[in-house]
Amino acid sequence: MASKLRVATTSLAGCFGCHMSFLDIDERLLALVEVAEFDRSPLTDIEHCGPCDIGLIEGGVCNAENVHVLREFRKNCKILVAVGACALNGGLPAMRNMIPLQDCLLEAYRDGIGVENAQIPCDPELPLLLDKVRPIHEVVKVDYFLPGCPPSADVFWAFLTALIEGRQPDLPYELVHYD
Amino acid sequence: MPTLTIDGQTVAFQPGQTIIEAATAAGIYIPHLCHKPGYSPHGSCKLCSVTVNGRNCSACTFPAAEGQQVISNSDQLQQDRRKITQMLFVEGNHFCPSCEKSGNCQLQAVGYQLNMLDNHFPHFYPQRKVDASHPDIVLDHNRCIFCNLCVRASREQDGKNVFAISGRGINKHLIVNADTGLLKDSQLTVDDCAAHICPTGAILIRHTAYQRPIGQRIYDHHPISEVALEQEHGK
Amino acid sequence: MQMFIQEVLATIEHQPVRLLTILRKIQNRYRHIPLAAIEQLAEALAIPRTQIIAVVEFYSFFHLTPQGRYEILLSDSITDLMLGQAANARYLAEKLGVEPGNVRHDGLVSLNFTSCTGLCDQGPAALINGLPVAQLDFAKIDSLVGLIDQQVPVEQWPAAWFDVNDNIQHPGLLLNSTIKPGQGLAAAWQRGLAATLQQIDQSGLRGRGGAGFKTAQKWRFCAEENSAQRYVVCNADEGEPGTFKDRVLLNRYADQVFEGMTLSAMIVGANQGFLYLRGEYAYLYQALEAVLLRRRQQGLLGANILGHGVSFDIEIRLGAGAYICGEESALIESLEGKPGIPRNRPPYPVSSGYLNQPTVVNNVETFLAAAAIAAHGGQWFASVGTEKSAGSKILSISGDCARPGIYEYAFGTTIARILADCGASEVLGVQVGGPSGTFISIEEADRRLAFEDLATGGSFIIFNRSRSIFDIAKNFTDFFAHESCGFCSPCRIGTSLLKKQLDKIVLGHGSVGDVVELESLSNLLKQYSHCGLGQTAANPVLTTLQRYPELYQQQLKQISYEPGFDLDAALETARQMANRDDAAAHLQQVED
Repeated sequence: MASKLRVATTSLAGCFGCHMSFLDIDERLLALVEVAEFDRSPLTDIEHCGPCDIGLIEGGVCNAENVHVLREFRKNCKILVAVGACALNGGLPAMRNMIPLQDCLLEAYRDGIGVENAQIPCDPELPLLLDKVRPIHEVVKVDYFLPGCPPSADVFWAFLTALIEGRQPDLPYELVHYD
Repeated sequence: MPTLTIDGQTVAFQPGQTIIEAATAAGIYIPHLCHKPGYSPHGSCKLCSVTVNGRNCSACTFPAAEGQQVISNSDQLQQDRRKITQMLFVEGNHFCPSCEKSGNCQLQAVGYQLNMLDNHFPHFYPQRKVDASHPDIVLDHNRCIFCNLCVRASREQDGKNVFAISGRGINKHLIVNADTGLLKDSQLTVDDCAAHICPTGAILIRHTAYQRPIGQRIYDHHPISEVALEQEHGK
Repeated sequence: MQMFIQEVLATIEHQPVRLLTILRKIQNRYRHIPLAAIEQLAEALAIPRTQIIAVVEFYSFFHLTPQGRYEILLSDSITDLMLGQAANARYLAEKLGVEPGNVRHDGLVSLNFTSCTGLCDQGPAALINGLPVAQLDFAKIDSLVGLIDQQVPVEQWPAAWFDVNDNIQHPGLLLNSTIKPGQGLAAAWQRGLAATLQQIDQSGLRGRGGAGFKTAQKWRFCAEENSAQRYVVCNADEGEPGTFKDRVLLNRYADQVFEGMTLSAMIVGANQGFLYLRGEYAYLYQALEAVLLRRRQQGLLGANILGHGVSFDIEIRLGAGAYICGEESALIESLEGKPGIPRNRPPYPVSSGYLNQPTVVNNVETFLAAAAIAAHGGQWFASVGTEKSAGSKILSISGDCARPGIYEYAFGTTIARILADCGASEVLGVQVGGPSGTFISIEEADRRLAFEDLATGGSFIIFNRSRSIFDIAKNFTDFFAHESCGFCSPCRIGTSLLKKQLDKIVLGHGSVGDVVELESLSNLLKQYSHCGLGQTAANPVLTTLQRYPELYQQQLKQISYEPGFDLDAALETARQMANRDDAAAHLQQVED
């Protein structure tokens, strides 16, 4: 048997909803693990992405850490896939783009209702926020896009099976949605 | 009756019809956003671009003429319409998951119909406002695509001139005819055509959101090519 | 203010089509268009306030917030920049204490950039309260800053500062054979109007604005339309960066231009004409009015022209800073007091133009030539030029040459000959026809001035080897993004995307696919834009890309992708607020 496809997944500025939807392929997971194995992913304990065939990225890019993780994926994955509305256009986190970052931080950490010990977090362990949340294609080259909030399990299945079988992935009308 | 051909199909038309009117009457869908039967032709969104005798023009404004050879459904045109749609998406702030119009939105539906999977271009993320002053109607400038339909509807159908498009170039914006500039002080009422005509979620009627569950919304199972022909055919 | 507006409304006879005229007067007096004025106008003219706001926000010279009492506009056309405008801007900003794009806190002075002011042969140029200042330099800046601080009215500044030279360097067929007032009209009457149209037809005259439609045919179409009212419009919205010949023609030969309009009116049967003068040339207005007045007194305009019972008069309407109004249907919209948004065509202006009546719109130079042809005959004109491009072309030459100015050549003249005449050396290339035209390299100097080879409305900008292709393409691309009217999606969004994409490459952030993307975007604009602006907006990119593909490729990094925005700068706000500057508080633009 040929070696299995290695798949890595991560969520940047996302809600893991896309991952949940991925798991909704249900029993088809069993068929999938026959031909694929997971590298870095919330489903494994692997901390850093190694060489992979496919990288699935959920979420947009909102902070410095997201940039590093995204680059790690890009470097290691032959095929990089933007998964879900946030990866595609920033999604709901990008709705903060209409408010200056300074105002966001002040509201959250200093001026907002119920804030105690007001201070802007400054621990070097914490990633700094970018002034705007960006879709991942504005930071690295992206090979495929799966729209949806989240993309349905059928979208994941249709896309991955096509790649596994060496076909060009193609989403029919029913599987293309932006919400 | 005079005839022309669209993608090789012979189509009869009434003198005075535009290409899109001739196409719709013959059951051929040409993608469009700023065009609506019964309203004066506008020609700004350019989604209905077709090739007539080798030259590109807007099907919604270009008069049909005897013997025209119109190409509409070519790979090139579909690809370029997709790019124009992507431009509209990056120009404004279109976050479908948080928009009440989702599923019933023509901008979104055109994207679906053109198999648009991403926005391709860098996003502008413009700073735009929401006017929630009106008791019945919300105006969210983030979603405006400057199709001018509300402007025409208010002027031509409602006789009110509530809206206008102001500014130049990428700074275009919709303005409201009120001394405060706010919708609540304009003459717009919930039974106006202008309140219902928006192809996106820029003008919404309050208290009507999410009434149809996912799966039963206009474009959930029916592409806009079908829906538009059904609604616009014979008009 | 109410009284003032009432007076102005009376002078425009409460006509909404003259909205721009009244807004200009309000802007001049109050340095902006106050909301109260908009309310009063809406009421008095019975038009929605939104229509007035849309006009105010469309034109660069109208403002909803007050500008300085001294309003300084610096031309940021490539020719002005090549002559040191960037340094002028920095120096002015420092001396005045106000950054470009702003009004000084005391409201006394505002500083802004503006598109080409048509003084390319004597730049760097500025407009100060509408008056032209040529050859702006630090010495002039020192003086004018003093005058402003002492609040000396502009009218009392040294008059010589506002001198504009005609710089006619090389007259040809037309400029050597100008006619006397009335000469063309008298000849036309003597010959007969139909026979005169025949002469214009035989002359082979084609529109001088650049598009080159046959003039006689346009006039014939207009005459054949079934309508009681027709109009003749002279397009003096000379906005293409690098052209200034219409400024000179109107300054020196206005009589002959008006004569050409009158001739056209007699032939097509119009009794009203308009000179649409770009707002940047407002300083020519009074002299032009004086010419019109004299012509009326001479019986060359008015109720009974030359005693033949024909009636025709000309009104001058001023623009207010919008390149798009050079497009004929946008110009007509502007004449009607609206934003200059090009109309859908068909119908064309000859059948449905001003107020939806048949309208002839021609360039200043076309009318000048038509009057001369009426006097000298079609053969006189057709005897020079090429088979497809009869007659001569008046060029505005600027950029890197010893003798910039006005040059007139027979069509068919080579670029090499022109470059030699104006004293250009070490030439890299020439922008023929302005940003919307073609960039040619010196290798192509044997090409000819002609509709069938290098068509031009008259702009001819020379670049020497010290210039960068990217500075040129970038300046022009920025220009189109600024001037797009915003009506259609491809141009409204595409010109701004093109600007971003070109900046990305020029600033060295481009990677493997970025030139392909640039080209693809360019083609989309060209193919699907509503009017000539969008269809030509990518020409600076496309024509330089075609000639210097290797220069563009050299700009690219050999990596798969680099962001188009500055990643580390995107962290700046957060860095400051968290008071951090550790290694993790920074990002490399690309991975090591």
